[in-house]
Amino acid sequence: MTKADATPVLELSGIGKEFGAIRALHDVDMQVFPGEVVGLMGDNGAGKSTLVKIIAGNFRPTHGEIRFAGSAVHFNRPVDARAVGIEVVYQDLALSDNLTAAANVFLGRELKRRFGPLALLDHKAMAARALELFGELRSETRPDDLVKQMSGGQRQAVAIARTRLSNARLVMMDEPTAAISVRQVEQVLGLIHRLKEQGVAVMLISHRMPDVFAVCDRVVVMRRGEKRADKPIHQTSPEEVTALITGAKEAA
Amino acid sequence: MAMPMESPITFTNVGKIRWWQRGIFASQTGYVLLALAVLLVIMHFASPYFFTQGNMQNVAKNFSFIAIATLGVTFVIITGGIDLSVGSMMCFSAMITSMVMTELSAPGSPLVHMAADGKTVLANVPGLILLVSLLAGLGVALVAGLVNGFCIAVLGLSPFVTTLGMLSIVRGLGYVVSNGRGSFPGGPDADYFYALTSGDVLGVPVPFIYLVILALAMAVVLHHTSFGRHVFALGGNEKAAELTGIPVVRVKIEVYVICALAAGLQGIIISGWLGSAPANMATSYELNVIAAAVIGGANLAGGIGGPLGAIVGCVLLEVIRNGLVLAQVSSYWQQTLVGVIIILAVLVDRIRSRMT
Repeated sequence: MTKADATPVLELSGIGKEFGAIRALHDVDMQVFPGEVVGLMGDNGAGKSTLVKIIAGNFRPTHGEIRFAGSAVHFNRPVDARAVGIEVVYQDLALSDNLTAAANVFLGRELKRRFGPLALLDHKAMAARALELFGELRSETRPDDLVKQMSGGQRQAVAIARTRLSNARLVMMDEPTAAISVRQVEQVLGLIHRLKEQGVAVMLISHRMPDVFAVCDRVVVMRRGEKRADKPIHQTSPEEVTALITGAKEAA
Repeated sequence: MAMPMESPITFTNVGKIRWWQRGIFASQTGYVLLALAVLLVIMHFASPYFFTQGNMQNVAKNFSFIAIATLGVTFVIITGGIDLSVGSMMCFSAMITSMVMTELSAPGSPLVHMAADGKTVLANVPGLILLVSLLAGLGVALVAGLVNGFCIAVLGLSPFVTTLGMLSIVRGLGYVVSNGRGSFPGGPDADYFYALTSGDVLGVPVPFIYLVILALAMAVVLHHTSFGRHVFALGGNEKAAELTGIPVVRVKIEVYVICALAAGLQGIIISGWLGSAPANMATSYELNVIAAAVIGGANLAGGIGGPLGAIVGCVLLEVIRNGLVLAQVSSYWQQTLVGVIIILAVLVDRIRSRMT
């Protein structure tokens, strides 16, 4: 996808954030296009998570503007970001172990059927829709199984299925491959490809260089609160990215 | 209903969980129920009096006296909280109910307006005094529940400490309002009150009927409404619940209010059976109630529990008590045995979850 022929789904211009005297982010410009996978890299304290939290609505930026699908947006709470179509898959996945896969997918937005004054859960519809979503993600996950009994890859699928439910247009994944096995990493990267096929923009926040190079179209490197590089993946190399992260190379 | 999928997913290496490994069969509630059944059979052979109608009525009535409060505390335990104030709450609600009832009935009391015939205005409508007194009793429970919920959900105090404080506050208030003397339901509506709390319908004690209705309602709420879903989610992973947009504060306040109301109702029913609400009524009942919930399978770490478990726990405790009496074992053994059973039930659950 070339940058000229589409409106970016997310456009940040001049984003800055200060916590008291600490400058966490300074003048970050960034664009993410539909169906694009962008890797966001940087060392601890580089400002990655602050940036993610601003996009997700946890923090308000001190400076700058966020445009989503062409129009300016202001998020006061995470719910506002979710309402326009931004979903976050958290590092610890934010799942309730004691509930089933389907219950987790629909947590906080359960499907209901009315019986007179009562609104009761529509278990059948939720299980059917969850199975459909797992099918789209090609994950072998049964909607009625408890999350407690699932593998890391299946949990990841449940967390990602949540984002598909609302037809999110931008999915941010925070370290999805940090603590899982090699085979499961393959599954997760597969899931990211599925999202991409469906025109969803994905932002992958990761420390793992091989994963970023396996799946991303573009890589953004942060250092000391500033964007130091923003390159198509085939024009860079793991060595260059490492140098940018550590500061051996100032910018590219 | 057509299957929505012509199976685009094939489960090549994800096995199906067998029916006996899921649901009630794989829960503590399941095998405590089994243990209860075994115990009932043993009791049948140990004592010819056990399965008589009179004794069964007795057992049903006695376990109903803690089971309604156990339903309430189970809600709190599922969210991962605890409510230690239920015993005091029972007493205070019962006391307020009977004091209001007596006050509204008494001619010449400074608070009530007299009708032309010398009776109080409320007394001229049958049942109205009773209704107002019940509302007053449940009203104080509601307030205490709201305070518990506010301190825990909004101020972020620990449930253990908050409700330990409430235990003392409410018990103290009970002594203050009654001057330590306790109170008696009185006045023209007292007969209705006794009929509604300790009567029976076709030989079934009314507290047992209330219990069954409330337990069914609780089952529907827990498993078929989004509130119930959120209660479980909160106990499973509170942070996740918050991130997914569940109104965590509201759900928490609601469970403490439900718990306090259940305790209040329970106290009012007990006072009907006792014929009075003494100031030391239901002292340390919170321990029986929590013990029953835990034996029945509610997990103090949160996320697991239900009405069936609450009732099974209460029945088990009562059958043991009743059985020891019938078997002419010194009743002092009761508490010891209850303690052993609490630990055994949790231990067996631990061993089971290690094995699977």
